[in-house]
Amino acid sequence: MTALLTVHDASFAYDGKIAVEGLDFALAAGDYLCVIGENGSGKSTLVGGILGLKQPLCGSIVYEESLKQSQIGYLPQQHFAHGGFPASVLEVVLSGRLGHKGAVPFYTKQDRKLAREALELVGAGALERHWFGGLSGGQRQRVLLARALSTAPDGLRLLILDEPMNGLDPHARADLYARIQRLNSEEHLTVIMVTHDVNTAVHFANRILLLDACQLFYGTPDAFKESESGLDLMRDACGGHCAICGFSHFEEGHRHG
Amino acid sequence: MPEAILDIFSYDFLARGLLVGLMVSVCAALLGVTLVLKRFAMIGDGLGHVGFGTLAVATAFGWTPLAVSLPVTILAAFFLLRLSEGGRIKGDAAIALVSASSLAIGIFVVSATTGMNTEVDSYLFGSILTLTREDVVLSVCLCVVVLVLFVVFYNRIFAMTFDESFARASGVPTGLYNSVLAALVAVTIVIGMRMMGALLISSLIIFPALATMQLGRRYLTVTIWSAVLAVFSFLLGYALALAFGTPTGASVVIINLAVFLILYLVTRVLGRG
Repeated sequence: MTALLTVHDASFAYDGKIAVEGLDFALAAGDYLCVIGENGSGKSTLVGGILGLKQPLCGSIVYEESLKQSQIGYLPQQHFAHGGFPASVLEVVLSGRLGHKGAVPFYTKQDRKLAREALELVGAGALERHWFGGLSGGQRQRVLLARALSTAPDGLRLLILDEPMNGLDPHARADLYARIQRLNSEEHLTVIMVTHDVNTAVHFANRILLLDACQLFYGTPDAFKESESGLDLMRDACGGHCAICGFSHFEEGHRHG
Repeated sequence: MPEAILDIFSYDFLARGLLVGLMVSVCAALLGVTLVLKRFAMIGDGLGHVGFGTLAVATAFGWTPLAVSLPVTILAAFFLLRLSEGGRIKGDAAIALVSASSLAIGIFVVSATTGMNTEVDSYLFGSILTLTREDVVLSVCLCVVVLVLFVVFYNRIFAMTFDESFARASGVPTGLYNSVLAALVAVTIVIGMRMMGALLISSLIIFPALATMQLGRRYLTVTIWSAVLAVFSFLLGYALALAFGTPTGASVVIINLAVFLILYLVTRVLGRG
């Protein structure tokens, strides 16, 4: 089976220094990859590389031939809460269509239709005319997810989420995890999610990539739970309890270890 | 007061002041929405000081003020942008650095040469007497460029103001847009500061945007009303200055402040704050 995305022995720099090196993995269509690691381990740099915003110092990133840049949806890390920003929900989601506009300066009826469909897909159709700054953290992330999906709702193939759970309460997290899971299983979207939530990552993902300025681990969640680095990480993170189901991955890992 | 307003059409310098003021107010308000939301509002203040420094140097050496001030202030705008993007020096610190240095150079050169005269004083506090026909032509051209930019590239400007990372990933050349915006802000500042004063010009960028953001909940609404409010405040401030013989810059800022305070209080009363 042809890989959707192959990263071959790639290294990336940030601010003139090597941020992450020795990246070597491949993703198949339909995979759900969670990228985990400490702050500064190179997670967001890798995302920049996959999006084509950063060129690798060495090595390569190869996409499946039929995968177009416009079929990649992106939800960036939110550095500020957008509090007070004067924008309606529809204005925000429509901005996801920009990648398709080329030299055309205005949105068409079709753009608005696709934006509304993306809002419906994340269960935020009723928020269309609301003020974005007045939404809760969970609602905002759903709207930003709709913006990522609106890039090409019919043909979106890869969804990249950079720490989408930051600042969300447990209920909003569970809701967003469930929606992303559905997009992966029902819409067959390939998902790459950067997260610090290691215990929930192993619950949902079918691939784990652990970074610490280099690739420490890449494989299935089961293999990760049995690996030394996986065991250490899950033990440190809330005793290994998954935030969604409460199941202790640590005990299972310990038994296998 | 009505006689004073009619005087505008009898004296060329009053008509020039009115035209330049209107054009600069519209440009500053449109650019101001983006700058305030990107938390880069004080760039106007910093560039105003750069403008003062360059005008002071040009005056001292007998050079044409605009020929020196325009390129240097545009370069300073790019420099500020690069400094803040680099991450080592944050935007506010970079502005303070450039602002204080330019002011110091200006004061130093003025003290060592001509001394504080009315021309230098008008750069600091503004005067409509210094405006020339060249300023009118330049301000009209600037206004046309800014309006066309905002109409044609409105959606891209919104996207990069709201979320620059996403806009970049969507293929918007954010570096180019930032550079164009910085250059337009610099030109607006240089043209406007001679009327408003180096110390007050930033208010044209900040006040209309802040005032409309008290009530506006859509980017388009805020952008349009910001320009409308800027024109209204300028006309009222200009009329106030003519009627009572007060400085134009200070009068316009006071009206802008009054409008901001009224809208601020209205939002609190309506419970939308």
